[in-house]
Amino acid sequence: MITELGHFALILALCVAAIQMVVPLIGAHKGWRSWMEMAVPAATLQIALVGAAFAALTYAFVTSDFSVQLVYFNSHTAKPMIYKISGVWGNHEGSMLLWVMSVSLFGAMAAWFGGNLPLRLKARVLAIQSSIAFAFLLFILLTSNPFLRFESPPFDGRDLNPLLQDIGLALHPPFLYLGYVGLSMTFSFAVAALIEGRIDAAWGRWVRPWTLAAWVFLTIGIALGSWWAYYELGWGGFWFWDPVENASFMPWLFAAALLHSAIVVEKRESLKSWTILLAILAFGFSLIGTFLVRSGVITSVHAFASDPERGVFILLILAIFTGGALMLYAARASAMEAKGVFSIVSRESALVFNNVLLAVGSIVVFIGTIWPLIGEIFDRKVSVGAPFFNAAFTPFMVVLALILPIGAMLPWKRAKLGRTVKQLIPAMAFSIAVLALVWAMQTGRSALGPIGMFLGAWLVSGTLVDLAGRTGRGAIAGRLSRLTRLPRADWGKFFAHVGLGVTFMGISGLEAWQHEDIRTTMIGDPFEVAGYTVTLESVNQQPGPNYISTFATMRVEQGGETVAMLHPEKRVYPVQAMPTTEAAISNGFWRDIYVVIGDPQDNGGWAVRTFIKPFVNWIWIGCTLMSLGGLVSLSDRRFRVAAGAAKTRAQGVPAE
Amino acid sequence: MKRLIASLAVLVCLATPGFAVNPDEVLADPVLEERARVISSDLRCVVCRGENIDESNAEIAKDLRLLVRERLVEGDSNQQVIDFIVERYGEYVLMKPTATGANIVLWLAGPVLFLIAAITGVIYLRRRSQSFEKSDGLSSGEEKRLKELLKD
Repeated sequence: MITELGHFALILALCVAAIQMVVPLIGAHKGWRSWMEMAVPAATLQIALVGAAFAALTYAFVTSDFSVQLVYFNSHTAKPMIYKISGVWGNHEGSMLLWVMSVSLFGAMAAWFGGNLPLRLKARVLAIQSSIAFAFLLFILLTSNPFLRFESPPFDGRDLNPLLQDIGLALHPPFLYLGYVGLSMTFSFAVAALIEGRIDAAWGRWVRPWTLAAWVFLTIGIALGSWWAYYELGWGGFWFWDPVENASFMPWLFAAALLHSAIVVEKRESLKSWTILLAILAFGFSLIGTFLVRSGVITSVHAFASDPERGVFILLILAIFTGGALMLYAARASAMEAKGVFSIVSRESALVFNNVLLAVGSIVVFIGTIWPLIGEIFDRKVSVGAPFFNAAFTPFMVVLALILPIGAMLPWKRAKLGRTVKQLIPAMAFSIAVLALVWAMQTGRSALGPIGMFLGAWLVSGTLVDLAGRTGRGAIAGRLSRLTRLPRADWGKFFAHVGLGVTFMGISGLEAWQHEDIRTTMIGDPFEVAGYTVTLESVNQQPGPNYISTFATMRVEQGGETVAMLHPEKRVYPVQAMPTTEAAISNGFWRDIYVVIGDPQDNGGWAVRTFIKPFVNWIWIGCTLMSLGGLVSLSDRRFRVAAGAAKTRAQGVPAE
Repeated sequence: MKRLIASLAVLVCLATPGFAVNPDEVLADPVLEERARVISSDLRCVVCRGENIDESNAEIAKDLRLLVRERLVEGDSNQQVIDFIVERYGEYVLMKPTATGANIVLWLAGPVLFLIAAITGVIYLRRRSQSFEKSDGLSSGEEKRLKELLKD
């Protein structure tokens, strides 16, 4: 019964979405206040209905109602409760429902907290947002209904893919979807502004929080995914340039670009039409990502049950929204008169260059991702993997890292390059010292380590110089007190840029100095890996809740003292007839010790793989700092204070 | 049918995750082994979804890893080993496509797009800064008005 109610709620939500996307738009066009105002209750009703549908599906999973097909295919009575819940979005249908719920949620947030928006703009934004929800609700109901039942329910379920039964992966999709969908909000703002034909600093200020939120969610989602891949897949990689990873990385890069260009709109009223274009592209790439994952046109390790029919439907959504928005853009963008003027050496110019690097980098990733498809047109079956992306994409990030500290310190409007560079001399000297030190310490290895560490150190120390510069001159006490009174946006910028530097160091340190050892070892026989003594002490068979485990105990010693006792496992999930490897990791600030147990060998020994992974955690520390920076910036006073200012202003604008 | 093959391929690859290179495959000579790893990470497992043979657990990946090592032991250079395998399995196995034929577009896309974007950016910035230089001074009308104001 509850399942049917969920299905019904979803159909009602479709109807509400249809009304919400038409009525406020007409109201905004004709200037009918009551028609515009209905967008707010409609958005509330829409999230209530979609939320009810989602709750109904969750209920079916929690109670293991195997008469529901989706539950049968993705759950099992013996599965731990948390994975019963995460199983709701561990499949195509449920994850689409989560997707559309995020769309409605963002729409409702804009309705509830957008009190400072002019009525007309708000009505249009909510209508566009609702049209996105409408398209995906229709998609779910027509091609991917999660509420289908069996005529005669089976006794027990088929369980969730064991690789997905993991806390990292339980949280990864919701964050990613909030990020993807957060970009739908900026898209709606962009299209609404195009319909309105007017963009000003206030628009930049309204759009920025949504972009920031989307970017923060994407950062967390991507970081969680890569962290999961690191500890779960068993060879300790953190990024594979898989098409589906790229699908999340492209919107992230665009969101980062948008974040910066929206600042220029807000502060200087320039780059308006470019910002609009970025907003359209960022969401367009979110949709492309969805298409890549769901259609199966490109092979990827992220195996969602893919279906050509669904692919075509999403392609249609993609074409209508992105194509429509771009056409509107072509017709209206010229009306966006830029106001602020600036000299060629200025913060504005630096941000333009930032945008060029991020956008081109993202498009390189895009071309690489779809190239296997294009190759087929030329009758060539080609693969594009990590070596290509490392070679073709990394240079853009290197240049970005080089110019970032300088650009971040240049004053608005008109700057003197010499003055900024002079301030940064200590940071550059420090970074070169780091380069020299690292170069001297390592022997006969690649240049990757020293260069990556140099870039990271340059980013971190340059950002520190920037922060110190903001406190002005004078006595240390006065500067410290000024430091505590800096706007939150400055702190956000500080954390985000330092985080980027830390991630740079993490990636290059790991890639350059990782140590790996593969061997057959007998129980009780110690062996040496990069200064650590590792002993396999025992291997036992143990039952788990819904799996059987081969449970090993390994002692890691350094200088005669035990550093860690590690328990790598091999699990077999009988229902899915699938084994997984659970690596055991001793986490550390400077290095991780990562051990994997393999198969028993003929001579009575065990295959063991040991990695020493220096700096690996810096990758995620950096991501955490970046997200933190986004959150701190999001809490900046001006986004809250802007409310009152905008209101008085909106009243001053006559209804055209 | 296509779906079945796809899901089978995934099963093959994920069958025993995390233990691609087995100890019995490793060469005694660490220099040769290191070269084998480098080559392996540039070759694609043909039945998998975008994994290289160094990370894949599929049987065919194992065969290829052994083949790579065999050729290395016989004294082939890295390029010779790769050419040997490409000849047998086609360019599909290369994780990094060669810059030949249509693939040139792929390789040049980044630099060319960057140039276009950078030139467009510079033109835009110069136009903005020219109007900046202009707007710096007051127009004759404004100057006249300023004088009037100052007189008052």
